[in-house]
Amino acid sequence: MTPDHPKSRRSFSDFLLHLHPRTIPEENLRLTLSWGLGGMAVMLVCLLFLTGILLLLTYQPSTGSAYASIVTLTREVRFGLWIRNIHHWSANLLVVIAMLHLLRIVLTGAFGQGRRLNWIIGLFLLFLLLSANFTGYLLPWDQLAYWAVTICTSMLGYIPVGGLWLQELFRGGAEIGPATLSNFCVLHVAFIPATLFVLLLWHFWLVRRAGGLVQVEHDNPDDVPVQRVPTVPNLIVREAAVGLVLVAFILILAIVWDAPLMEQANPGMSPNPAKAPWYFLGFQELLLHLHPVFASFLWPLLGVAALLWVPFWQDSALPTGVWFGSNSGRRLVIWTATVGALTTLAIILADNLLLQSNAAVAVDTLVTRGLLPTALLIALLVGFYFLLVKGLKYTRAEAVMAGIVLVLVALAVCTIIGVWFRGAEMHLVWL
Amino acid sequence: MMENLNSETTSNYDRRRFLNRIWAFFGVVAAVEFGWLGLSFMNSRKERNQPVKTESIIAAGPIERFAPGTVTAVPSGQFYLACLTDGSLLALSRTCTHLGCSVPWDEEKNKFICPCHGSTFNLTGEVLTAPAPRPLDIYPVRIENGIIKVDTSALQKRDRFEPSQATRI
Repeated sequence: MTPDHPKSRRSFSDFLLHLHPRTIPEENLRLTLSWGLGGMAVMLVCLLFLTGILLLLTYQPSTGSAYASIVTLTREVRFGLWIRNIHHWSANLLVVIAMLHLLRIVLTGAFGQGRRLNWIIGLFLLFLLLSANFTGYLLPWDQLAYWAVTICTSMLGYIPVGGLWLQELFRGGAEIGPATLSNFCVLHVAFIPATLFVLLLWHFWLVRRAGGLVQVEHDNPDDVPVQRVPTVPNLIVREAAVGLVLVAFILILAIVWDAPLMEQANPGMSPNPAKAPWYFLGFQELLLHLHPVFASFLWPLLGVAALLWVPFWQDSALPTGVWFGSNSGRRLVIWTATVGALTTLAIILADNLLLQSNAAVAVDTLVTRGLLPTALLIALLVGFYFLLVKGLKYTRAEAVMAGIVLVLVALAVCTIIGVWFRGAEMHLVWL
Repeated sequence: MMENLNSETTSNYDRRRFLNRIWAFFGVVAAVEFGWLGLSFMNSRKERNQPVKTESIIAAGPIERFAPGTVTAVPSGQFYLACLTDGSLLALSRTCTHLGCSVPWDEEKNKFICPCHGSTFNLTGEVLTAPAPRPLDIYPVRIENGIIKVDTSALQKRDRFEPSQATRI
């Protein structure tokens, strides 16, 4: 450290170096390796904490006054509307950024040896931020909030053992009421942020311990040795640039678009159509087609179990630091995404015809809308895997990448249909 | 001297391991205690918030008011009174059996259509289209002096519609 650095400045950069290595490979500075997605997520979480504290000062967490306090906030509190909008748009964008971050981790082979624990922590973080979003939109106690909490706690009731117990625990009683709002308020402003904070620090520290971002492996000793540059200022200025542009973007977005607020909660009438916020509409699409035990319990359980298990499968991660692993990997992803999107669309349209034909009245839906689709899905994924590995000679890592891309694309298609192509009574409509 | 020291370190090691296990045991006990504490706190809240049914018998009106093949909402009791084609009466809960949304009656299409996940039910509450897993729940109906009375404290789940569920005039 040069003597002309003031002490305070040095201690600040020393603090940053707890989260970053002192030097990093120069090639890792390129934006196209990570697109700065992790850093963006951190920035959004900071915005959410700051605006959240302000919102908490005016919000009243009781069923009688919650809605009025939000209306007061948006109409009478100076900058109240803007602060709420910033909180809303940061939370929404965070879901997008976190999903892209997950996709980036998969496509650059960043969940292999040395990063397995961090993959699991990352999945927990994703779960926490979805929970934070969910509990957050319950707080205004508008129509969206009331029916979302009704549907979600009803879904808990379908968990085979202890489901009803969990349902009563989250509702704070047999029915939805003041205790329910207290529960979700405490989750949103205390439990989730605290857990998120601890896990985030752990997440950063594990990235540092794994040696920073994933890096292209140079096996060839004739290659030029990896050039390392100091983190301060090289990485820090880049992170600051991405972060500040993002903040500017959110601030402008929050001026232009207002966060939605529906009518005050009315237990007698569900809105028509009653739609979840966009990030849960893929999930809601599943509920339209599958038996509730499968849509609300078994399929999410299978998905989570598979994601947790993936890094522990031998050779399931791509070679590190190269997008898609190779050019053939890139082509595979494009093909998989195209075929996956069309297949999902075809399945939804076909099942829609089946549902409309009223053919399924007398049959056992636990089989036709539960076991049968589950068996088909597993057969499809296993068949797809063997086709790629045995038939087309792709590596296991490439097949795993394609599998994850397939599932994410299917979810994206369901989400798009839910957002734009479902109208009254959740019927399919054209724009 | 040397042997003595060796045996001492071994016994030290054993003792340390023993004490560590005791600490771990107490740690687990403390965690269970705190967990139990938290759960009883939340469970007691559950019990306090059980619904109090002040008036469970709802008078839905005189029988003349209900024509065969019609559905009338009774908001005070959160149910529908369905008058079947043969004139018998069913009190159907308005809560969808799928995930608890409030189901409106569609007069034109002659069925209940859930706005959340598209389940539909016919006049007798039977499922026409999935995903709802069972027919709409019902409440017992009595007719006293020409007035229809529904007991909303006795919700009944059912797997299918049977004529015996409906109350004849």
